[in-house]
Amino acid sequence: MSETTQSMQNVGPTSGAKFRQRTLPILIFIAIILAIPMTDPSRTVYTLVHQMAINIVFALAYNMLLGKGGMLSFGHAVYFGLGGYYCLHVMNWIAEGAGIWANFPVFFLPVLGFLAGGLSAAVIGSFSTRRAGTTFAMISLGVAELIASGAFMFDSLFGGEQGISGDRMNGPQVFGLSMGPMSDIYWFMAFWTVISIIAMYAFTRTPLGRLSEATRDNPQRVQFIGYNPTRVRWLVFTASGAFAGLAGGMSAVNYEIFTPEALSLIPSGFVLIMAYVGGITYFVGPIMGAILLTYMSSMMSDFTEAWLLYLGLMFVIIVMYAPRGIAGIVFGVWDGLTGPDKGTYIGRLLVQIAGMVLMLIGLIVLVEMSIRWSNGYGEVFEPFGLHLGTTNVLTWILIIVPIGAGAALLRRVNREKEEAVA
Amino acid sequence: METIVFALLNGVIYGLLLFMLSSGLTLIFSMMGVLNFAHASFYMLGAYFAFTIMGATSFWIALFIAPVLVGLVGAVVERYGLRRVHANGHVAELLFTFGLAYLIEEIVKIIYGKTAVDYKIPDLLNFHAFTIYGASFPAYRMFMLFIAISMLIGLWFLLKKTRAGLIIQAALTHPHMVGHLGHNVPLIFMTVFGIGCALAGLAGVIAGNIFVTDPAMAVQMGPIVFVVVVVGGIGSLEGAFLASILIGLIQNFAVGINANFAEIFWFLGLSPTSEIGDITISSLAPVMPFLLLVLMLIFRPRGLMGEQEL
Repeated sequence: MSETTQSMQNVGPTSGAKFRQRTLPILIFIAIILAIPMTDPSRTVYTLVHQMAINIVFALAYNMLLGKGGMLSFGHAVYFGLGGYYCLHVMNWIAEGAGIWANFPVFFLPVLGFLAGGLSAAVIGSFSTRRAGTTFAMISLGVAELIASGAFMFDSLFGGEQGISGDRMNGPQVFGLSMGPMSDIYWFMAFWTVISIIAMYAFTRTPLGRLSEATRDNPQRVQFIGYNPTRVRWLVFTASGAFAGLAGGMSAVNYEIFTPEALSLIPSGFVLIMAYVGGITYFVGPIMGAILLTYMSSMMSDFTEAWLLYLGLMFVIIVMYAPRGIAGIVFGVWDGLTGPDKGTYIGRLLVQIAGMVLMLIGLIVLVEMSIRWSNGYGEVFEPFGLHLGTTNVLTWILIIVPIGAGAALLRRVNREKEEAVA
Repeated sequence: METIVFALLNGVIYGLLLFMLSSGLTLIFSMMGVLNFAHASFYMLGAYFAFTIMGATSFWIALFIAPVLVGLVGAVVERYGLRRVHANGHVAELLFTFGLAYLIEEIVKIIYGKTAVDYKIPDLLNFHAFTIYGASFPAYRMFMLFIAISMLIGLWFLLKKTRAGLIIQAALTHPHMVGHLGHNVPLIFMTVFGIGCALAGLAGVIAGNIFVTDPAMAVQMGPIVFVVVVVGGIGSLEGAFLASILIGLIQNFAVGINANFAEIFWFLGLSPTSEIGDITISSLAPVMPFLLLVLMLIFRPRGLMGEQEL
């Protein structure tokens, strides 16, 4: 409490720190975006990068709600989906040349997604944001379920089982992009991703962004200083829904199809996992989470059938042991490496990594063996020429020994840490 | 007439089943503030455990063993999982149970496969209990009714008439005071969590064979149970009971009504071939609970019996 006399000038970051923390990351991000097309990427890489771009915007929009606003939503895909659906309808109107839509460029469809997502969030939020916390979470789930199952009843709006599809190569061109080839879509994605990241970062610096953090931490005090927490939550919810709708618009242009599945609880759960695994307390967290999980979902499903199980495990472990997510781990390691007590930190870090790798090996053997046994095709897990069947003693040794040894190592490090603190 | 009688019976049975699920959830929620997202997963575990035990022994043994096993799993989850994330607040707890629901589903898929298992009604109960208006009513449903009512009486007795129930009720509202009086509050929490999960497991045992026992059953049931808790008023067992029966009746009556919007709102001039006019009440049945939730939130935010506004 001795720092209360600190003058206001010392509290704010220096201009150098501002540049390093705010401008530099964006510049690096833009540089990476500009560099990707130079490597002459294949179709697969483009598909992956486009999905990442959509997920980055969606996860950041979600984090406006969870990380900054403290509202845990289990149904945010509703606004993503409604924004996307609206964009697809407009895409079809553009193709038909209906009225004013004939002159609307497909490139700017995400703006309409933004408006549609924001409008639907404003309507639904008007009653769902009355309370925060657990109640809000339950309501979001119920509303999402209502809209997702209701969507199947209105075929002209949602297209029933097969959804609604469109064609993006219509309407006027902007920036010389025909929107046909993947490389054109790449610039579309890059443009909207960068714009949204900057806009959402800017949002955290506005009075409303600050108030949303205050409402998350202590709604009562916000009320004391003369603001209405319900109104703040509603506004943040609307903004978050709008950016989710923008991501939906990006997705509509990319895939040219939307099905009612996109509104359901599964994508809602996935965006929650992306944002949380990345780290909800950091602005960059959801970006990291979106990149990592999109990569995992497209690559790991080729390696193992049980990738959803691994994903679930990763999520639970992060909730239990690293609530600041991957961003928290990265910054923690960085702080440790640049901190005063480097030697002991590196030593402990290495032991921790060894412990985790050991546990992971045991776990992978267990899961892969079980999944082959459960499929019942007589397949056997054979890594590095080993034959690990359910009856093989070696299998069980490879499961129990690494998990036990890893757990023991992690336990020892934790005890050492506690003793060092005490 | 028989439609009404059958809808009434089925509605009450389904409602009691919902109450079996939501009573555990409400107890856990009002005591610990934890909304157990994985609650319906324990319902699923109950059905699968019963299927396994029934394969080895008989249904009657499964009826007793499976809920106990589910309760033990729940207690372990509380002791080694929830208690650890408790320090990070309620949202972290909710996220933990969300991840848990995910994990349980994937593990069930690995062990039992992705398709439904053949969990059957025991032969002893596979007959028609009675016949009214030419339609027969299966005995197993009467058995479900019997189990649900016994559970209701048992739970009421436990909470209102025993010393343990008194301590639990006290811990609901004043956990610190109960702790100061020398009771082991974490142990009470663990027990209540275990009992709540065991009730969900019991619901799974008796419902899994009449519905379908597949890895999706938790996802189907979960949101409806949440609706029950919100509609009933958060933290109120009586409210949860009313809401369960209400939702059970609404859904079962809706299924039996074939009228479409064009017939009901004929005075608006709705055409039966138009999209809205074509919607039948029976097709609305799965959406009904969620519709009720939204209406409730708009017009009576504290729920049927809730003490405080949501």
